[in-house]
Amino acid sequence: MSIFLDQNTRVMVQGYTGRIGTFHAQEMIDYGTNVVGGVTPGKGGEQHLERPVFNTVKDAVRDTGAEASVVFVPPPFAADAIMEAADAGIRFCVCVTDGIPAQDMMRVKRYMRRYKKEERMTLTGPNCAGTISPGKAMMGIMPGHIYMPGNVGLIGRSGTLGYEAASQLKAMGIGISTSIGIGGDPINGSAFRDHLERFEQDPDTSLVVMIGEIGGPQEAEAAAYARDHMQKPVLAYIAGLTAPRGRTMGHAGAIVTSVGESAAEKVEILRAAGVGIILRPSEFGNAVAETLAKL
Amino acid sequence: MDIHEYQAKVLLSDFGMPIARGGIAYSPEQAAYRAKELGGEKWVVKAQIHSGARGKAGGIKVCSTENEVLDAANALLGRRLVTNQTGPAGKLVGRLYIEEATDIEREIYLAFVLDRASERIVCVASAAGGMDIEEIAANEPDSIVRVPIEPAVGMQDFQAREIAFALGLQAAQLAEAVKALKACYRAFRDLDATMVEVNPLVVTREGRLIALDAKMGFDDNALFRRPQISELRDKSQEDPREMNAADRGLSYVGLDGNIGCIINGAGLAMATMDMIKHVGGEPANFLDIGGGASPERVAKAFNLVLSDQGVYAILVNIFAGINRCDWVAEGVIQAMQKLEVQVPVVVRLSGTNVEQGRQILAASDIDLITADTLAEAAEKAVAAAKSYEATLAG
Repeated sequence: MSIFLDQNTRVMVQGYTGRIGTFHAQEMIDYGTNVVGGVTPGKGGEQHLERPVFNTVKDAVRDTGAEASVVFVPPPFAADAIMEAADAGIRFCVCVTDGIPAQDMMRVKRYMRRYKKEERMTLTGPNCAGTISPGKAMMGIMPGHIYMPGNVGLIGRSGTLGYEAASQLKAMGIGISTSIGIGGDPINGSAFRDHLERFEQDPDTSLVVMIGEIGGPQEAEAAAYARDHMQKPVLAYIAGLTAPRGRTMGHAGAIVTSVGESAAEKVEILRAAGVGIILRPSEFGNAVAETLAKL
Repeated sequence: MDIHEYQAKVLLSDFGMPIARGGIAYSPEQAAYRAKELGGEKWVVKAQIHSGARGKAGGIKVCSTENEVLDAANALLGRRLVTNQTGPAGKLVGRLYIEEATDIEREIYLAFVLDRASERIVCVASAAGGMDIEEIAANEPDSIVRVPIEPAVGMQDFQAREIAFALGLQAAQLAEAVKALKACYRAFRDLDATMVEVNPLVVTREGRLIALDAKMGFDDNALFRRPQISELRDKSQEDPREMNAADRGLSYVGLDGNIGCIINGAGLAMATMDMIKHVGGEPANFLDIGGGASPERVAKAFNLVLSDQGVYAILVNIFAGINRCDWVAEGVIQAMQKLEVQVPVVVRLSGTNVEQGRQILAASDIDLITADTLAEAAEKAVAAAKSYEATLAG
């Protein structure tokens, strides 16, 4: 299977019966995702979108064998929902929620360390568009039809910029193995580096595109990983060349506060590590096509 | 969200940080009265603005008589103070903090930050206080102590002691130092701060510790559970356009260029601005109208971007995902009709139903420029801004 999910992965939805959860669960089902039910505390036993609703994630896992979960729970309660998923044995979790307090995420990350690495849930997001393996399944809020199945792995912080890249690839007849949104928050579940590792081992992926932005150390960590551990080519674009220092650019994490966090510095760090640089956001398609042609 | 020095001092003091006595003043008379109330022979009049480096900008005055306090207050109140952090427009001084003067033996740098690499609250301290952290990092990098705090148990006394000894504090100050450090940590944790900076923390001639300056920033995402922090917001310190945008659920940052940007999604917004720069233009703003791009939001965005007199062209770049391009196109046309936009507008739509969206734009009577790709959109916007500027000049 592709990394994380395919058409057989049993996916559940937290915040299943809410307006946003309902809408996107239906989109996921229509795309072909194997949605097995969802959780809304207090509504256990009901049916929603022709699937069962559970009071707890543990109940859902026990009765449906759910392996993956999408969180659409509002910000004040989202950290709790993520920890519930981790504790119930969910393997892969996408948190779409935007606006979770940073210290809540700090506690989530600390909490998840109580599980051994091989048993620990992989969390992507929060504040992300989700993960899709085109033609198989999707978990999140992205428009599925803009992605074509193929052999390019995509990792990005931003939703719509990821859509832009996927569309440019599709327009050139290039497809995607899996696209992973890691989200725009300062503390997130997993980083570029974590997914580079998976793509390196994934037989369905021949090349990886990273879409980063200003703020934080994760692009630099990924650069070191790509240099030391990767055989497959990695291309990167970093958004925010024109962003002023010390200002938050939409995403809570998109802020330059220390050395190495600006777009220009990240580009230099990546370039020095041998990562191919996509200088202009209009060049995703061309850059990937050129690199694929050399493989 | 940022707050003023005196507000940060009151918050930190509630958690056990020692501060000098002081009071707030909104008028010169209040300032003089505060000095009288405090007593003593020397006071410091401190302009309260959301910026550091106030001393170098003339915002902090030491006074020896009540008349001097009155004069200092007169000179500062109502003035816009320009520091190396405020930008050329400066920030309005609407309130002053009158504090008893402190006899300083030595200055220490102390801060707590949310460190993204370790995903923990980290204490950053240096015996070389009085400079900002960038200067310390450049001049005395070895003096910087960094101690991460384990989130599950919080800051321990031994950590505070280690920091105190690393800062060269004496045994007599140890108990006070431990209390001060833990006060900062607890305030950070319990109030959802993103930054606490006490620079300088001073050792007085009498050997006491005092927070001479204090700065706190808070996590906007946590304000829902911190109403007492929301109350400390001072809107006079915010850019009116950015405040206006934030109150309408839009994310806006004003810049110096002349191409207004209306874009959905933060990453796509930054990328579009980069693209403008690559083809020789300068963006006038960052503006993320959110994933949805409803007609109402597009209209609000036009209003906001047009409130900047320096905008000579507008670039609308919307990726319609769940929403369809035809729907977004109708929204753009409605907004432009209602607002009678004078400057040239370049619209680029992509995503779901892109052909229908483009047809709607092409068929409308509204004067707009369409573009298919990101590069084309940026090039057309830069050209349109140039020709509009030429029309203005001619």
